[in-house]
Amino acid sequence: MAGLVPAIHVLRLRFKTWIPATSAGMTPLHHGFTPPLSRAKDPAMIKRIEARFEQCRAEGRAALVTYVMAGDPDPETSLAILKSLPRAGADIVEFGLPFTDPMADGPAIQAAGLRALKVGQDTVKTLDLIRRFRAEDQDTPVILMGYFNPIFVYGVDRFLADAKDAGVDGLIVVDLPPEEDDELCLPALKAGLAFIRLATPTTDDHRLPAVLANTAGFVYYVSITGITGAATPDFGKVASAVERIKHHTPLPVVVGFGVKSGAHAAAVAKGADGVVVGSALIDVLKGTLDDQDRATSRTVEAVTTLVKELSEGVRSVSKRAAA
Amino acid sequence: MSAQAQPNSFRIGPDERGHFGQFGGRFVAETLMPNILELEKAYNEAKVDPAFHADMEYFSKHYIGRPSPLYFAERMTEHLREVSTASGLSGGAKIYFKREELNHTGAHKVNNVLGQILLARRMGKKRIIAETGAGQHGVATATLCARFGLECIVYMGAVDVERQKPNVFRMNMLGAKVVPVQSGTKTLKDAMNEALRDWVTNVADTFYCIGTVAGPHPYPAMVRDFQCVIGEETRQQMMEMEGRLPDSLVACIGGGSNAIGLFHPFLDDKDVEIYGVEAAGHGLDKLHAASLTGGRPGVLHGNRTYLLMNQDGQISDAHSISAGLDYPGIGPEHAWLHEMGRVAYISATDDEALEAFQLCSRLEGILPALEPSHALAKVMELAPKKPKDHLMVVNISGRGDKDLFQIAEHLGNKIA
Ligand SMILES: Cc1ncc(COP(=O)(O)O)c(C=O)c1O
Repeated sequence: MAGLVPAIHVLRLRFKTWIPATSAGMTPLHHGFTPPLSRAKDPAMIKRIEARFEQCRAEGRAALVTYVMAGDPDPETSLAILKSLPRAGADIVEFGLPFTDPMADGPAIQAAGLRALKVGQDTVKTLDLIRRFRAEDQDTPVILMGYFNPIFVYGVDRFLADAKDAGVDGLIVVDLPPEEDDELCLPALKAGLAFIRLATPTTDDHRLPAVLANTAGFVYYVSITGITGAATPDFGKVASAVERIKHHTPLPVVVGFGVKSGAHAAAVAKGADGVVVGSALIDVLKGTLDDQDRATSRTVEAVTTLVKELSEGVRSVSKRAAA
Repeated sequence: MSAQAQPNSFRIGPDERGHFGQFGGRFVAETLMPNILELEKAYNEAKVDPAFHADMEYFSKHYIGRPSPLYFAERMTEHLREVSTASGLSGGAKIYFKREELNHTGAHKVNNVLGQILLARRMGKKRIIAETGAGQHGVATATLCARFGLECIVYMGAVDVERQKPNVFRMNMLGAKVVPVQSGTKTLKDAMNEALRDWVTNVADTFYCIGTVAGPHPYPAMVRDFQCVIGEETRQQMMEMEGRLPDSLVACIGGGSNAIGLFHPFLDDKDVEIYGVEAAGHGLDKLHAASLTGGRPGVLHGNRTYLLMNQDGQISDAHSISAGLDYPGIGPEHAWLHEMGRVAYISATDDEALEAFQLCSRLEGILPALEPSHALAKVMELAPKKPKDHLMVVNISGRGDKDLFQIAEHLGNKIA
């Protein structure tokens, strides 16, 4: 590069305003992390997650984790779907908190969020749906998954109190890496909610300890570098990535992104403690809507049919030998 | 404006974690974190490397055409003095234009792109992605990618592709691939979402060249540093022409890069008044893009800043006649300067900008872009109230050629 430049130019540093607030070459990984909390103060919520993984282990199989968007295509239908999921074989349910700008999601989940927002879904209503689910089901862990802005605007303390009261067990917030743990992760752990972290193919061994430090409940391994609903992962690589993560944590490791069928679920279940499916369910849901994006008589059933297939896939793999 | 304690200097931010007060930060998916840390490290190394500065200097001079002139806008000054006299004040500031519209590619955007592309080369990244609103950042990125033989993909909201057609064509001619973004509101914010989605997918070989002082740390600080050449030159040029510093600075704000570039070198000169002009669209009580005036703190696109949004934290549609200002957020450093009260953030409507565009064209023979026309609209309001020895600098961040079709339509005559 410097070869492009006549030597006469080389002497002067041009940006006089540059004040080195950060020293050159520092490894930012060592900055801004708060030491791990040993255990959440109120483990009631995290217990529900632990118990569910314990139960799956006892049955010698991986867990099935399903994701649907709260309020999609309307609140009552999404509640009916939520209630149907455990009966169809889901072990843990993730409920999406709609957001206008989901920067890590593909078209299916983006559209689901916009459908929900269009019919007036908001954070208060989402927590209400969970409360109604919890009134009938005290055992299935509920994980709220979304982006930070709606939570930040709701108010972190108020949100944690209301989420806990509604029966939420854990949170996955896509745009909060460990560097921002002060924002929600640490308050959530103090409040007794699991903060479930995403580990990705770009999270190397150097970074893993930081990513795992304040996580609880389980670790969510994102099988691809990419957005939801896009590529199908290389299942062999996924299994070795899970192995690598397990060297660093006793927590269960579930795998998501790109799982679309019972066969995929079975392939992932071989190497992981759980399998997450989202976009595929939302695609099926979308396929049943009328031309104005309203639910039809087939909507709930179409989703549960796929969940049953996924559940059979997960259950077809015995993990007893490995245990 | 508030009871916040004033810092010793307004120019030392951000801290190590990228915070300007409560604003800024790194709110991104885990997949991107290693990239962002790699970028931060590479940038920290580059900015103390004389070879990097020498490259910047060389291409700034010979390729971009820097320094850009500081021009005494004599007829604009005379006109606004008449306005002042008519209102019984007999004042009227002496108005200077910082002529960023004369840069190669026609806007200030290229200053930042040059820095980022030289950095991408240092890092060995061969695939460059960018988001663009008005298309000026896209054109600048496409231009430097052509110059250095890099692959270039530009994400642009489908609505903006429609209203900034000349720039889409320019990008195509430069060999870039323009991807119209159909999601969300199909404008700049969605282009940024889509660029982030691309980056998450292609982390290993891709460099994301962000066009303004937004995004996760280190972008807001890095883009600012690359744009500070505007204010540094202005300082020196004003000393040469008037023997002293200016009394006030005015710049338009989309994300805030041309503004912070002009402002930053003057932030600690307490006597220099600083005005940032946001887009008030149809009016502040209607659809607009004035995040500081009409928004609240929130988190979007990797940083905490002021955002236009509803009660539930859902991002609102911004509106401005100018695609480059049509963004529901603002760079985090501006949010901080707003809260500290160091910079006064005001706004201009679509109609005010159109009027200023016409006035500047007729009086000075300079067709400004619609974005700096917003700054000019406020110069027309501020200058008559200042005394005649008041030196006011307005940043003409880009030229208006890209906007001619749209302006013609607004003024009721079609260009064939
Ligand atoms: C000429 C011009 N000025 C200003 C802007 C707004 O950007 P910023 O606020 O980052 O300077 C743009 C953006 O496209 C532009 O093209």
